Amino acid sequence: MSKPDLKVKIGSLEFNNPIFVASGTFGYGLESSDFVDINKLGAIVTKSLSLKPRKGNPPPRIVETPSGMLNAIGLANIGVERFLKEKLPLLNQFDTKIIANVAASSVEEYVECVRLMTNEKIDAFEINVSCPNVHDGGLEFGTNCLKVGEITQKTVAVSTKPIIIKLTPNVTRIAEFAQVAKENGAAAVSAINTFIGMVIDITKRKPKLSHNTGGLSGPAIKPLAVAKVFQIYKEVDIPIIGIGGISNYSDVIEFLLAGATAVQIGTHNFVEPDCTEKIISDLVKYLINNNVKSVKELIGKLQLF
Amino acid sequence: MYQIISPIVDRKIVSDQIHLLTFKSKEIAKDAKPGQFVNVRVSNGLYPYLRRPFSICEVNYDTFSILFSVFGMGTKVLAEKKAGGSLDVIGPLGKGFSIDKDFESAIIVAGGLGSAPFPFLISRLKPDVNIKSFVGARTKELLISYKLENISFATDDGSYGKKMNVVELLSDEFQKGSFDSKVKLYGCGPTLMLKALSKFALENNFDCEISTEAAMACGFGICQGCPMESSNGEKYFLVCKDGPVFNVRDVKL
Repeated sequence: MSKPDLKVKIGSLEFNNPIFVASGTFGYGLESSDFVDINKLGAIVTKSLSLKPRKGNPPPRIVETPSGMLNAIGLANIGVERFLKEKLPLLNQFDTKIIANVAASSVEEYVECVRLMTNEKIDAFEINVSCPNVHDGGLEFGTNCLKVGEITQKTVAVSTKPIIIKLTPNVTRIAEFAQVAKENGAAAVSAINTFIGMVIDITKRKPKLSHNTGGLSGPAIKPLAVAKVFQIYKEVDIPIIGIGGISNYSDVIEFLLAGATAVQIGTHNFVEPDCTEKIISDLVKYLINNNVKSVKELIGKLQLF
Repeated sequence: MYQIISPIVDRKIVSDQIHLLTFKSKEIAKDAKPGQFVNVRVSNGLYPYLRRPFSICEVNYDTFSILFSVFGMGTKVLAEKKAGGSLDVIGPLGKGFSIDKDFESAIIVAGGLGSAPFPFLISRLKPDVNIKSFVGARTKELLISYKLENISFATDDGSYGKKMNVVELLSDEFQKGSFDSKVKLYGCGPTLMLKALSKFALENNFDCEISTEAAMACGFGICQGCPMESSNGEKYFLVCKDGPVFNVRDVKL
């Protein structure tokens, strides 16, 4: 059998393959180049960028949990201006799509960030309306349908590039949020950001994170994430980028069958920095072994009982 | 920085509950500098999930060793590993001690497992520099002096050496006029010890570098999980990338 087709499309954008790296787990895109051939990735989603640099939360920021981790980094980043000057020119040397993840404390800040970057060599924006680890903005936006609608509509209005809304799972019906994103012009949704979690030190009787709660990620959340992707796929006709606990090719296929068009690998980049290359190569083997000519044939092909 | 499946070539019990695991990796051994660390994937499964960072304790041609005690699930799994197996190791990581040797004596101050990075450091300082080690722990059983030299001991409970903490012991020696002028301090141990050592060094105008510890996931700067506040409070360094060794002038513990 000839080499299977790994290409996927989201709106007008075509990606070489459906394996992206998730925001916050690949730095600004260059730090992992000792381990992984960046040209092989479908896309890099940058660390969340805010209008001004952010120092982030005080330590402790992370704690391990069974098959996962809890983080409260607090969107530490260098800000849009330094990103454009110092990081983007280097990223642009690679043959992969660049998705800039944007975080903000107000609707105006989201709009300003997108406006500042929209004429740069960036392929799409992922709008983070779902960070559980900041006091201003973050989940306050992501759990409010009206705000998600407003942020989507206003960022779409100033962007020449597709807007992807990154949804939080910390809501009762995630499909409603995907619907609002679609109605306001989003090209896709990313599902999901982390779940709110807490770990307590029983000796000190205090939380183990300085922020008290954090975002739970890693293989522990994969079944929850697959279910959220499936809920959206059933109810809303919008491309979904699946995220949550993916550590191997089989996890990727689960997400595709549940309805994801592409996926983002997150926490596992910390554990196996070269995992994305391995996943792509294993995915090709799976497609060949199962006589699947294009990865697109798997999207949403879950057979329910 | 390499990610290498490294064969385990030796495993020793150094003292009660203290293990020394030696890996073969020409690349990591060749590039490693004292004070740097490796991030070890202790299990190929999904629990324990994250890698575990360990100071590089010794380097011999194409091998390097880590020293650890059984503390949690990760080190419990690691303690069961035997020579003949192999583990996925990323390293060498971080910034190590500076060894410009513009000093005549190196004073090593170690608390508990804080002794781990010093055998490697000592091997690179010798024979040009005099070594004096101050080693402390809560009790005699917790003292670790593997391959340290010219040692004075302190325990909190007085079960071995002087009954005081290790920085008090250092301070006592300093009051006695035991240190010459060209001295450099190197410290590693619990945060409270490092705080006291930093205070001592700054008050007495000693050049002092400390090796710090923090929970981290990646070990090379992408997870941002291991912040260390700068001394002016303006920013966070990352322990994994900007450290783990810092000059006490630069950080606020």
